[in-house]
Amino acid sequence: MWKYIVKRLLWSIVIMVGAGIIIFLLTYFTPGDPAAQLIGSDASAADLAALRAKLGIDKPFLQQLVTFLYNSFIKWDWGTSWTYNEPVMSTILSRLPRTAIIGVGQMILTVAIGIPLGIFAARHQGHWQDYGVLGVCMVLVSLPDMWVALMFVLLFSLQLHWLPAYGIGGPQYYILPIVSGVMGGIAGQARLMRSGMLEVIHSDFVTTARAKGQSEDLIVRKHILPNALMPVITMLGGSLALVVCGSAIVERLFSIPGVGLYLLDGISYRDYPIIRGCTLFFATFSALVYLLLDLVYAWIDPRIKAQYTSGKKSGR
Amino acid sequence: MAEKNQFLSVRGITVEYTQGKNIVHAVNDVSFDLEKGKTLGLVGETGAGKTTIAKTILRILPVPPARFKGGEVWLDGQNLTALSEEDMRKVRGNRIAMIFQDPMTALNPLMTVGDQIVEVLQIHNPHMKMEEAVNRTKELLEMVGIVGERYKEYPHQFSGGMKQRVVIAMALACSPDLILADEPTTALDVTIQAQVLDLIKELQAKQNTSMILITHDLGVVAETCDSVAVVYAGEVVEYASKEDLFRRTKHPYTKGLFNSIPSLTGDETRLTPIPGLPPDPTHLPEGCRFAKRCPYATKECFRTEVPMKEVAPGHYCKCLKETEEG
Amino acid sequence: MAEKDLNLEKKGGHHGPHGEDHGPHKKGPHHGGHHGEHHGRHYSPAFNNFMETFRRVFISPSAKLGGIMFVIVVLLLVFAPVIAPYKPTEVNLKNTFATPSLAHLCGTDKLGRDIFSRLLYGGRYSLALGLTAAIVGSVGGVIVGSIAGYFGGKVEDLIMRFCDIWGALPGSLMTLLLAASFGAGLWQTIVSLSISAIPNGARMTRGQILGERGKEYVEAAESFNCPKRVIMFRHLLPNVISPTIVNTTMKIGGSITMVAGLSYLGLGIQPPTPEWGAMLSDGISYISAYPHMVIFPGIAIAICVLSINLMGDGLRDALDPKMRS
Repeated sequence: MWKYIVKRLLWSIVIMVGAGIIIFLLTYFTPGDPAAQLIGSDASAADLAALRAKLGIDKPFLQQLVTFLYNSFIKWDWGTSWTYNEPVMSTILSRLPRTAIIGVGQMILTVAIGIPLGIFAARHQGHWQDYGVLGVCMVLVSLPDMWVALMFVLLFSLQLHWLPAYGIGGPQYYILPIVSGVMGGIAGQARLMRSGMLEVIHSDFVTTARAKGQSEDLIVRKHILPNALMPVITMLGGSLALVVCGSAIVERLFSIPGVGLYLLDGISYRDYPIIRGCTLFFATFSALVYLLLDLVYAWIDPRIKAQYTSGKKSGR
Repeated sequence: MAEKNQFLSVRGITVEYTQGKNIVHAVNDVSFDLEKGKTLGLVGETGAGKTTIAKTILRILPVPPARFKGGEVWLDGQNLTALSEEDMRKVRGNRIAMIFQDPMTALNPLMTVGDQIVEVLQIHNPHMKMEEAVNRTKELLEMVGIVGERYKEYPHQFSGGMKQRVVIAMALACSPDLILADEPTTALDVTIQAQVLDLIKELQAKQNTSMILITHDLGVVAETCDSVAVVYAGEVVEYASKEDLFRRTKHPYTKGLFNSIPSLTGDETRLTPIPGLPPDPTHLPEGCRFAKRCPYATKECFRTEVPMKEVAPGHYCKCLKETEEG
Repeated sequence: MAEKDLNLEKKGGHHGPHGEDHGPHKKGPHHGGHHGEHHGRHYSPAFNNFMETFRRVFISPSAKLGGIMFVIVVLLLVFAPVIAPYKPTEVNLKNTFATPSLAHLCGTDKLGRDIFSRLLYGGRYSLALGLTAAIVGSVGGVIVGSIAGYFGGKVEDLIMRFCDIWGALPGSLMTLLLAASFGAGLWQTIVSLSISAIPNGARMTRGQILGERGKEYVEAAESFNCPKRVIMFRHLLPNVISPTIVNTTMKIGGSITMVAGLSYLGLGIQPPTPEWGAMLSDGISYISAYPHMVIFPGIAIAICVLSINLMGDGLRDALDPKMRS
C-alpha cells in the first residue's frame, strides 16, 4: 500500500509540473502585449520596454518558462500581481475561505441530498417514486445553473427579501450562492447513484446475499452500496474540483471576492501572475482531490490495492 | 403425483417474466417431490427455466420483472409460499441454501470471503459472538479444503474452483436441510468439476441434506442423483427415479438428450442432436411444446394439451405417445 | 453435448431478464448479416440496424417527448426568418424594456429589440455551438484514444499520460483559460470547448478499447493473423461508437450551458449577436425591474437542453443494455 501511495504521489507531482507548463504556454502564446495594455496607449516606447523588462516578459521563452517553473514549484512563489502589486499566493489564500465555504457547502448538499435520492429511486425502480425523482432530476440537470441562481435571487431576495442578493457578510450571504448553484449537481449525483445501484442490484452476489436470508436494508448497506459507490466517488471528486474551479461564475453573479473572481480579474487585466497563480491553485487543488480519490478507491476496493501492491502498473 | 408427507414438495408452480411488452412463460405448472437426504436432478437445456424453479423455491426471484403466478412449495410440512417475507428470510440460508452457477460473480468483490461466511452465520445466529463466528468460518473453510487462515482474503485472490468451495462453505454454514445447487460445476474446469461434485456429495451425506441439483449434464446426474425431473420449455416432461429414467426412458425429449451425448461403450459413430430450437417462451405453442422437434409427433400432438401421466409406478411422463421403443 | 449447447446458446438467457444477448448492436458488424435477413432483404444490414436502434431509442415516452420537443425547437430555429415578427437587431428606442404582450411575446430589451425574435435567431448560435463543440470534442477524443489503443505500448502510455496532464485542469477551467487566451468569438468558443473536451473523450475511448481488446473474439481474430488495422476498425472501433454517441449527446446540453456561462463572463459570444447566454447576461443588470429579460432566455436554454437530454437518456437505454431498466 505504501509503495502505491508513494508512486501515486510522484505521479501527482509530474501532473502538476505538466499542468504548470500548459498554463504557462497558454498565457505566453496569448496574442497581444500585456505590458502595452497595462501601461496604456500613450506611453513612450522606452517606458514600454522598461515595463517589459520589469515584468520579465522581455526574456527568451525558455528562460521565462524555467523561471516560472522554478518560482512556482521550488520556491513556492507565485509572483506579484501586476495590477494590484500584491503577492498572488497570499491574496489567493486570503480569498480562499469564501470560495471554500461555497464549494464545500455545495459538496455537502450534493452528497447529502443526491445520494439518498438516487438510492430511493433505485429501490423503487419502475414505480412512480422512481419516475418522479427521475423526472425532477432530468429537469434540474437541464436548467442552466446561472439561470437558477438568478431566479433564486429574483424570488428570495428581490420579491421576498429573505436573503441578500449579493456581497459578503454574515452566513446568510452564502445561502443563495450555495443552494442555487447546486441543483444540477444534486440531480446529476442522484441519477448516477441510481444507475450505479441498478447496475449492482442485479449482480449475482446480491442474489447470494438474498439467498443467505439477509434483510433488504442490510443488503443495500453491506453489498449494494459499497459496490455502487465506486463510480459515484469518482464523480464526486470530479464535481468537487468542478465546483471550486467553476466558482468564477457564482462569485461573479453574487459579487463574492473569492479565488474565482480573482481569476476573472486577472483575465480582464491580462495580469499573468494572477491568471497563472489562480490556475495553478485550482490545478493543485484538483490534483489533490484526485489523489485522495485514488487512495480512497484503493482503500475500498481490494482488487485495485492488489493491482498496485503487486507492482503491476502505476498511475491511474 | 405423490404423497403429501414428502420432505419437499413442489406443487404446480408457475412463474412469468415481463420483458418489454412480452410475457415470458418461464415456469409452467411444475411439480415434484424430494425425500430427506435424497438428491433430485433438474435436467434441461439452458433457458428451460431450471434456475427460475430454484429461485422460486427460495422466493428470491426479482419482482418485477418476475411474477409468481401460482403453486405451492411445502418444506417439511410448512407452506413456504404462505410465509411472510420476514419468516421466509429465516428459511433462506438457514434451512434452504443455494449454490450458484458462477462462483466468479457470486461473491461480493469488496468483502473478504470470511466476512461473507460470517455474515450468513450471524444472520441466523444473532447471538453468536464474532470470535465464535470466525472460528466456525475457519472450520467451514477447512471442511471444503481451504486453509482456514485464508478467511481474511478477498474473492479475487481465489481461483474459480476455490471460489466455488467458498460458496459451498457459505451454503453449508448453517447446516441447511435442503441445498439448491444451480449448475455448481458448469463454470469450472473439468478436473475441478469432479472434485467439487465429490465434495458436495460427501458433505451432503454427512449432514443428511436433501439436494436439488440443477444441471444440463446427464453424466453428473448419473453420478449424483436419486431421481430426475427433465425440464423442457418451463415444464417437467418426465419425472422418475434415476434408474427408471436412464433404463426405461419414456419421453422423446429425454431420449433426444441421451442420443446427443457421446457414449464410450456404445458403438454409434455419430451423435444425433435434437433438431430445431426450443419454442419461444413468449409465444408457447399449443399442444405439446416439444411436438415441433419430436420425431414421433402426430397432428394430435400439436392440438391437444398433454397431461402428465404415471406410465409406471413412480414414473411420470408428459407425452401422448410415450414410446417404449425409439 | 457440445453440439447441443451451441444450438441452445442462440436462444439462451430468456428466463433471465438480464440475459447477455441484447441484440446485434454491441456485437460488431459481422452480426449485422443475420439481422438483415430477418427484417427483409431490401435494405442493407447497416440501415436496418440504424432503424432498429432508432425505434428502440424512441420506445420510452420520455425520449419521445424529448424528440418532439427537439424537432419543434429545430423547426422554430430553422424557420426563424419566417416566424420571427421582428428582425433580431431591429432597435426601437421608443419601446425599450416592454413587458411581454401580444405585440412582443417575450417583451423587449434595453434597445427595444423584440426578445422573442432574438431568441429564435439566437438559438441557432447556441444550438450550433453546443452541437459542434460536443461533436468535435468527442471525435477528437475518439481519434486520440484510438491512436493510443491502436499502437499500444509506449505510444499509448505517452498519450494517456499527456491526457492526464491535459486533464489535470478541470474541463470548465480549461475552457475558461483557452477562451481567455483565444479571445471572445464564435470560433474561439468552439475551439476552447472542443479542446478541453478531448482528454476525457480520449480516456473513455481508450478504456472502451482496452476492455474490448481483452475479449476472446479479438484473440480469435489475432490468432488467424487478422491485420491490426482490420481488428481496430472492424472490431474495436464499432464497440466504441455507441458509448461515444451517448456521451456526445449528453455533453451537448453541458456545452450549451457552458457557452452561456462564457458569454456571461464576456469570453463567449459578443453582443449584439443574439446568443441565448449573451441575452441572459444582458438582462442581469435589469433583473429587479425587468425580470422578463432574464427569464425567457433561461427558459429557452432549459427547453433545448432538456429535449436533448431526454433523447440522450433514450439513446443510452437503447445502446447500452447494461443500463436498461
